[in-house]
Amino acid sequence: MNLQAVRAIYCFEMARAGRTLLQSLVSPVISTSLYFVVFGAAIGSRIQEVEGVSYGAFIVPGLIMLMLLTQSVSNASFGIFFPKFTGTIYEVMSAPISYFEIVLGYVGAAASKSAVLGLVILGTANFFVDLHILHPFMMLLFLVLTAITFSLLGFIIGIWADSFEKLQLVPLLIITPLTFLGGSFYSIDMLPEVWQAVTLANPVVYLVSGFRWSFYGISDVSVTASLIMVFVFLAVSLAVVNWIFRTGYRLRP
Amino acid sequence: MSHPTATASSPAAASSAPAAEPAPVIEITGLSKRYDSGFEALKQIDLEIRRGEIFALLGPNGAGKTTLISIICGLVNASTGQVKVDGHDNVSAYRAARAKIGLVPQELTSDAFETVWNTVRFSRGLFGRKPDDAHIERVLKSLSLWDKRKNKLITLSGGMKRRVLIAKALAHEPEILFLDEPTAGVDVALRRDMWEVVRELRASGVTIILTTHYIEEAEEMADRIGVINRGEIVLVREKQALMRQLGSKQLTLQLQQPLASVPPALAHYPLSLDEGGSVLVYTYDASDPNAQGQVPISTLLNDIEAAGIRFKDLHTKQSSLEEIFVNLVRERQ
Repeated sequence: MNLQAVRAIYCFEMARAGRTLLQSLVSPVISTSLYFVVFGAAIGSRIQEVEGVSYGAFIVPGLIMLMLLTQSVSNASFGIFFPKFTGTIYEVMSAPISYFEIVLGYVGAAASKSAVLGLVILGTANFFVDLHILHPFMMLLFLVLTAITFSLLGFIIGIWADSFEKLQLVPLLIITPLTFLGGSFYSIDMLPEVWQAVTLANPVVYLVSGFRWSFYGISDVSVTASLIMVFVFLAVSLAVVNWIFRTGYRLRP
Repeated sequence: MSHPTATASSPAAASSAPAAEPAPVIEITGLSKRYDSGFEALKQIDLEIRRGEIFALLGPNGAGKTTLISIICGLVNASTGQVKVDGHDNVSAYRAARAKIGLVPQELTSDAFETVWNTVRFSRGLFGRKPDDAHIERVLKSLSLWDKRKNKLITLSGGMKRRVLIAKALAHEPEILFLDEPTAGVDVALRRDMWEVVRELRASGVTIILTTHYIEEAEEMADRIGVINRGEIVLVREKQALMRQLGSKQLTLQLQQPLASVPPALAHYPLSLDEGGSVLVYTYDASDPNAQGQVPISTLLNDIEAAGIRFKDLHTKQSSLEEIFVNLVRERQ
């Protein structure tokens, strides 16, 4: 295994995040704080508790998940799209490095960045609300698995996209709406029955629900269903990445 | 004079090394590439590159030069055929094959916001080599980039960016270096500097394959020349032999009085009139004085004088590689 190459790609990508700290860390933290002000303070004052948890605390897992999904996709898609856009991808493709190692470098860095960001947001949330985590190991498992899975999705989008517009298309039109409608800021029980059934078709519901369960022990769907959904996502993403490299899709004509 | 196409049909034979020579560092057999669009970029290419040589690949735009290099380096999948790099198949043993190759692409691609030092260091790691700052320093100094090592690539001129690409390609100490149009868009002084760098690399044992539009570049540096046109290798030959065999020579006489036509007494010579009859041109094969129908220059000059033709000046001109190349491609079309 070419560990030097994995390390080179990983460090290169992490250094890029370091150079754009405002964009990669400060901006999401400020956004999250704004969510707390708007949803937690303004709306939260009218909703006292949800299933025994204060509304401010209730939305924390959803907020972290929102940032985790969008930042994982954004980091990973940009990480591979930019070398394609500038042409420097030639170097990676001509290096003695396997597909698995390429994915490990790019997706590993993107997932690391968003996982760290998730923990930073968790720390930020602690300033606004009293937090307690019932199942810290499961919380970390959900955090890491979601970061990896959505970084893989971002990697796929970055390879598929041939313009900056396409790069933004999936996150803006699919990921963000699904997250907002996936119970990040409410419990599914608060919806009319018809919408509850419709919402269950949204895969993000399972991620948010499982993640929230690891905090407070409450969930919209069973934890097993959440875990299965995470692994299904992971398996599908891996299968697509495998197909991309096997066929050379948009990378090696 | 031998006809160019007479040698074109067997490029592999022309390039095959004598038994005493070492094995070729790159062996290409039956290589072809058809893109999804149906465009056939390469057609059954057979080619061998000798260890330690500078091989220049010439061809017009769209001839298949970059596709050929891209397949060897692993950027493009071949449709058929095989490439061996120092004995390693570049598909089944891609790690060993690619580790030996450094590639300087045609386009000036760069990580705009990265520093020279970091980007070259990244390249070394990507090729599986442990960090070696002393080597990176040597490479940067040899390319006059040491003073720019902390500069971001976006701040560099085109020529400097080209040097950075060479530094990146050399970061992992490759045995084979591909230079795809290395001096495109580079000014004359910098081009000569680059030629010097390439010569030094060759002297250190690196095999160099370069594609170029500047025939002067191939003429100046190459040991062997390959001409590719419409996806086929038209010819592979030692540069000197190529210029000797395919290059014609011209003797030009500036006449004191213009002629309306070549006098009948000189009709058996391949003479022609130019510039309204004030210039008499004799085309001959300098490499073979005993060629059929060819006489010594002194005999021709005596006959010209005997015909009552006076000239005020004369000069000779050897056809350049560029003319050879243009003729070759034109004949093929």
